Amino acid sequence: MASFADLPLRRRRRAAGAGTDVIQKAALVLAVLLAAAALLAPLIAPFDPLGQSLIARLRPPLGFERYSAGHLLGTDELGRDVLSRALYGLRLTMSLALVGALIGLLVGGTLGLVAGLRRGWAEDTIMGLVDMQIAVPFTLVALLILALLGSSLTVLVFVLGIAGWEQYARIVRAEVRRLAAQPFIEAARAAGGGTFYIARHHLLPNIVSPLVVQFTLALSNIVILESTLSFLGLGVQPPQPSLGSMVGLGRDYMPTAPWIVLAPAALIILLTFAVQILGDWIRDRADVRLRER
Amino acid sequence: MTVYVLRVLVKMAITLFVIVSATFLATRLSGSPLETFLGEGLTAEGRQALIDYFDLDRSLWHQYLAYLRGVLSGEFGLGFVERRPVTEIVADRIWPSLQLLLASIGLTLAVSIPLGVIAAVYRKHWIGSAVMVLAFTGYAVPAFVLAIFMILVFSYTLNWLPVVGNGSAAHFIMPTIAMSGVLIAALTRFTRNAMLDVLGQDFIRTARAKGLPELWVVLKHGLGNASITVISVIGLQIAGLAAAGSVVVESIFSWPGIGELLVTSAIVRDYPLLQFGVITVAVAVVVINAITDIAYALADPRIRLARS
Repeated sequence: MASFADLPLRRRRRAAGAGTDVIQKAALVLAVLLAAAALLAPLIAPFDPLGQSLIARLRPPLGFERYSAGHLLGTDELGRDVLSRALYGLRLTMSLALVGALIGLLVGGTLGLVAGLRRGWAEDTIMGLVDMQIAVPFTLVALLILALLGSSLTVLVFVLGIAGWEQYARIVRAEVRRLAAQPFIEAARAAGGGTFYIARHHLLPNIVSPLVVQFTLALSNIVILESTLSFLGLGVQPPQPSLGSMVGLGRDYMPTAPWIVLAPAALIILLTFAVQILGDWIRDRADVRLRER
Repeated sequence: MTVYVLRVLVKMAITLFVIVSATFLATRLSGSPLETFLGEGLTAEGRQALIDYFDLDRSLWHQYLAYLRGVLSGEFGLGFVERRPVTEIVADRIWPSLQLLLASIGLTLAVSIPLGVIAAVYRKHWIGSAVMVLAFTGYAVPAFVLAIFMILVFSYTLNWLPVVGNGSAAHFIMPTIAMSGVLIAALTRFTRNAMLDVLGQDFIRTARAKGLPELWVVLKHGLGNASITVISVIGLQIAGLAAAGSVVVESIFSWPGIGELLVTSAIVRDYPLLQFGVITVAVAVVVINAITDIAYALADPRIRLARS
């Protein structure tokens, strides 16, 4: 364990070294580029992602024989433009991840706040649910829900939303309990502040930073979950493109037309890499306890 | 200690009960089995047989009790597609899944424990950073993307390895690696952190001060003490990760295990089969967790004293 005396020194050294983190900067640039590509997909995509063309099927990317003009990354088995589909797929994957992570944050954060503020049966029930969610691999739950309710976008968003709520609940509850023992909360209570007032004005502002960290880390988990489910044919349904379903559907054409899976697979890796590196970066900066490592 | 074991067992029993009940509720609340299970083309007798089979003319509560009775006597119904007891169908799949799981855990241990120790010892050296970058890669690349890249390179380009099935030793290579990617990333990180915690302790300094060779200090005193934490992580985290991984990896390589069964039964909506498959895997994970909890408490008195 570090003694308190050397903390400020380490912080200063860290701050000085932070400017040279090339990998993190590259990840930030990459994340901005991916977000821009997703946002601007309708403007920059050269073709309609659903538009089929029978005469231009399974054409290879630019620079190969049989290249069909305009289709920079080639076409798939129905003659649809791989680049355009990948851009729209990225757009869908990123929006699903954002909405899913937000739902998880709201549900988990609220439950964690309740569990932290109200002891007794409410806390026991919520923490029991948390334990349950940790005990059962979520992929199984997702399979069950998607098979029973069908793979519509609404159900998928719901599944992605409840994928990580328990992490937020644990963090918020632990933070609330830690904060509730501190003098300034006692002072607020002595001054006549109600539970809701204290939660809104004194607790939430102090929990924001661990929540932001968890949110970023959850984003990449949700991207992986969504693309995996779509890859298996249980997530986003055809003809709508998502990165995972593009890889799943293109799998059958891999021996002759590997470009169909390469573009979306590469985008998935770039996306998860960028988000995870950023998440780790934010965590290192936000959590003093981890600085030593 | 008895109190602690009882507490773990009661918690396990509650979890199992909730899993079994939740899967029942999920299948019943999403619509009557009559419509969702078979759809059109159902004869009057077939319809009556289904109603009798699932007690659909009785209350939900009655159906639930009948279901629980069935669960206790080991009856989970027939699969829609194969028309034989789901317990048999799943039982046929256990051995292939277990083989793949054991191979993956073996590979994970062989790779990530040395890597974790190296990363802890060379924490401030570029070697340590390189190991952590590698572990990071394992986290960021989803199992199915790893599998797809391997298939492209080793099967379709180099023609070295078979893609589908589990017939020979060569069939194990790609599925095992695809499953182990995330596991190796997770276990390397945990081993490194556990080693860092142990190597910072006073008895390590004592061991060095009395002149023991550094390798001996790291392996005997360091890894020896960190191994308790590492083993508990294998039981608590790796079991769940492996269960999730097998679903994806088995269906990519058409591996005849439970994971592949879960995905196909989810796609064709074979509810009794899916339900029992989910229960089987969830029960396995929960039981492994409970055993790990108890073993951990046996090995480390601080745990059982702190919690009871």
